[in-house]
Amino acid sequence: MAEPKIDLKNLKAGGFIKERGKDLFTVRLRVPGGRMSVDRLSKIAAVAQKYGKGYVHLSVRQSIELININFSDFDAVVAELGEEQQKVASCGARVRVPTACGGCEYNPNGLVDTQKSALEVDQKLFGTATGHHKFKVCFAGCPFDCPKSAINDVGFQGAVWPKLDADGCISCGLCAKSCTEGALSMGTDNKPVFDAAKCIYCGDCIKVCPTGAWSAEKKGYTVRIGGKWGRQPLVGTLYATFVPEERVVDFIAVVLAWYQEKAEGAGRVRLGDIIIREGWQSLLERLRADFPEYVVQETIAPQIIQTQLPLPGQQA
Amino acid sequence: MQSIDLRGVTCPTNFVMAKLELEDIEAGTTVEFLLDDGEPVKNVPRSLKDEGHKLLGLQEKDGYYVLTLEKGAE
Repeated sequence: MAEPKIDLKNLKAGGFIKERGKDLFTVRLRVPGGRMSVDRLSKIAAVAQKYGKGYVHLSVRQSIELININFSDFDAVVAELGEEQQKVASCGARVRVPTACGGCEYNPNGLVDTQKSALEVDQKLFGTATGHHKFKVCFAGCPFDCPKSAINDVGFQGAVWPKLDADGCISCGLCAKSCTEGALSMGTDNKPVFDAAKCIYCGDCIKVCPTGAWSAEKKGYTVRIGGKWGRQPLVGTLYATFVPEERVVDFIAVVLAWYQEKAEGAGRVRLGDIIIREGWQSLLERLRADFPEYVVQETIAPQIIQTQLPLPGQQA
Repeated sequence: MQSIDLRGVTCPTNFVMAKLELEDIEAGTTVEFLLDDGEPVKNVPRSLKDEGHKLLGLQEKDGYYVLTLEKGAE
């Protein structure tokens, strides 16, 4: 074989995606959680100007993609991006770059530091080969769930369990009005009555409480597993609640190990389809071994959403 | 008590108007804001608390809400 014109090591994790037309590739950049320093953004702009088409594409998973890059420029592109520590992302059957909302530093809805979680997962698990198919992780800071946890292979969503100090309550009624789930109402003693079965752990009561009578009893991630979109969508289902931020990487690693093992020989199949095949009990019990205090008693299989014709009951 | 009517004003204009009104009021003064049901009554109190004002109460009136608060120190 002739001496390669480019450093093939750069291609190992993927991220260089063939375009229409000879010699041209899209270069997908690694932007965990979608946060980007302005210095890095300037460098990317300069590289795109020099080697690209004159525009970039913002991918739906928070990446910046350089368009129309000639493969003979790969080494130069990688080197110049490296001046601002910008790396290339992945594609194929690997753990992808995690997405995240803005988190809790400046967004008043945010309950947990999703940016920190996304960075940690990116550092420790990015590019891990699954052996089967892609593996997507996202972090949402609150139950608004903008990153759409249920359509990721493993989706995390921030949650907080509220606790009332009745002595500190001034009976203002703001919490009951703020609770859109109907979990809070004002009782006959003019103090809020909490219906835990209706609570989705959004923390709106804590946020509005003027005296701090409502506070966080515990905080962490609600975890949904087995979702995906694409040609045959699946909605992921609930496996754990209040998983602490510092256990996130371990949690994903257990799911990943189960997937790698159970999908053996299945070919290019996503986690959700393996759960349907193996039964959710298998994954839930595997997780229970390491996370007994967080996993739910039982769950349901990923839910099939019919988006293609023929719809059930119709003829092709 | 000064009453500021924010009914018919949508988010975030209602909050910004409340903020501007509060600029001309002395710290420690109690004022009330009239708010529509829905987004306004959910968002405006929380945002005013974040700005350092002391929420005192919320009362339902005929199809709207009255938020009472004490202006916080600068």
